[in-house]
Amino acid sequence: MTEPTQDVVSAEIADRHRREQGSGAVHPRRDFAPYRSTALRHPTHELVRADPEEIELVSPAFGHSDVAAHESDLTVQHAGAPSGERIVVTGHVLDGEGRPVRNQLIEVWQANASGRYAHKRDQHPAPLDPNFTGVGRIITGDDGSYRLTTIKPGAYPWRNHRNAWRPAHIHFSFFGTAFTQRLITQMYFPGDPLFGLDPIFQSITDPAARARLVAEYDHGVSEPEWALGYRWDVVLTGPRATWTEPEDADDA
Amino acid sequence: MPEQTPSQTVGPFFGHALPYVGGPEVRAPWQPDAIRLHGTVLDGAGSPVPDALLEVWGADESGLPSTERGSLHRDPLGFTGFGRAATSDDGAYTFSTVKPGPTRPGSAPYVVVTVFARGLLHHLLTRAYFADEADANATDPLLRRVEADRRGTLVAAVDGPRSYRLDLRLQGPGETVFLDYGTPR
Ligand SMILES: [Fe+3]
Repeated sequence: MTEPTQDVVSAEIADRHRREQGSGAVHPRRDFAPYRSTALRHPTHELVRADPEEIELVSPAFGHSDVAAHESDLTVQHAGAPSGERIVVTGHVLDGEGRPVRNQLIEVWQANASGRYAHKRDQHPAPLDPNFTGVGRIITGDDGSYRLTTIKPGAYPWRNHRNAWRPAHIHFSFFGTAFTQRLITQMYFPGDPLFGLDPIFQSITDPAARARLVAEYDHGVSEPEWALGYRWDVVLTGPRATWTEPEDADDA
Repeated sequence: MPEQTPSQTVGPFFGHALPYVGGPEVRAPWQPDAIRLHGTVLDGAGSPVPDALLEVWGADESGLPSTERGSLHRDPLGFTGFGRAATSDDGAYTFSTVKPGPTRPGSAPYVVVTVFARGLLHHLLTRAYFADEADANATDPLLRRVEADRRGTLVAAVDGPRSYRLDLRLQGPGETVFLDYGTPR
């Protein structure tokens, strides 16, 4: 099988976006063919509607006993300073009603400034940085806020198709107030030229939903002589407390 | 109303970040009430998925959710209800936990299971019920909603003393029943 070109993959993305225009879907479709690894890993049956019980309406309790304060600074985990552009990322985690998600766990991981993960399976021939592991944890504040100090990650190639490159991103994992609010996603940087070409970012077919994964440059967050600042707010929507029959059975 | 943040795949490179020492041991395996919940994650071709991350969340033996902190740095005598395990190179996972009590009158006991993986753009949620709870399973409101020939994909088989096995099939014959709790798409 010959490797598909970017043009082929881009055409598949455009076609799918056309077909799903106005669907208003927040999350990616799990069967998004331009991202090749979805082919054998998406369920083909409709999901079954479940009434969340008490266990699903609450979340594991994390806290300061789980995470040390310095885990939110990815630039101080080694003897020396990591290479790259130092940045601060901050924002709030809210639930669907706009209430803060308090004292809850956030986990982050990312590539270094050269686009290489400190992960044994990452084969990208870019330098590892002995001063950067790229893993952090934060407990949100009473107002749902978080603040992370790190290095701006580099773009990296992946083998989805010929000449495939991921836009720079930081992986984020969130726990909400209910286990059904659990979310793992990726935060991107404004103005990345790779956005239009990336099947993972473009798997979110609604442009407004996609835009919610892009942090905003915020000069008020930047620190003089130290770091550039980005703001990114996150919303974790929970289940309806009471389950109701969907109006349209095809909707699930 | 603030609008929901979309999901993205966990990707292939979470292994140095999300799994942690003690993650799969929700209840220390030497505790007399510990059970083993294990199995294999399989894709649509029946091949093992070596880069999946599973999380479990379950009530205690009386059916109540734990409010204990310390899931990342566990108290060896404690029970927080939450566990996390990456699949091995052969797609296998193992948790040690307790068998929960039912969380509602009329419901069968179960553990909530999430599946994250490379190639999975939005995680999947399912439940692990227990085969030795046949009477409770027969009247459980969710199990009754599921077509009879798919119900078994939600029920962990007894495969030894205090050991239960549940394989998770992301696609194809025997595909696991995955759940939607009414969250926005
Ligand atoms: Fe990545």
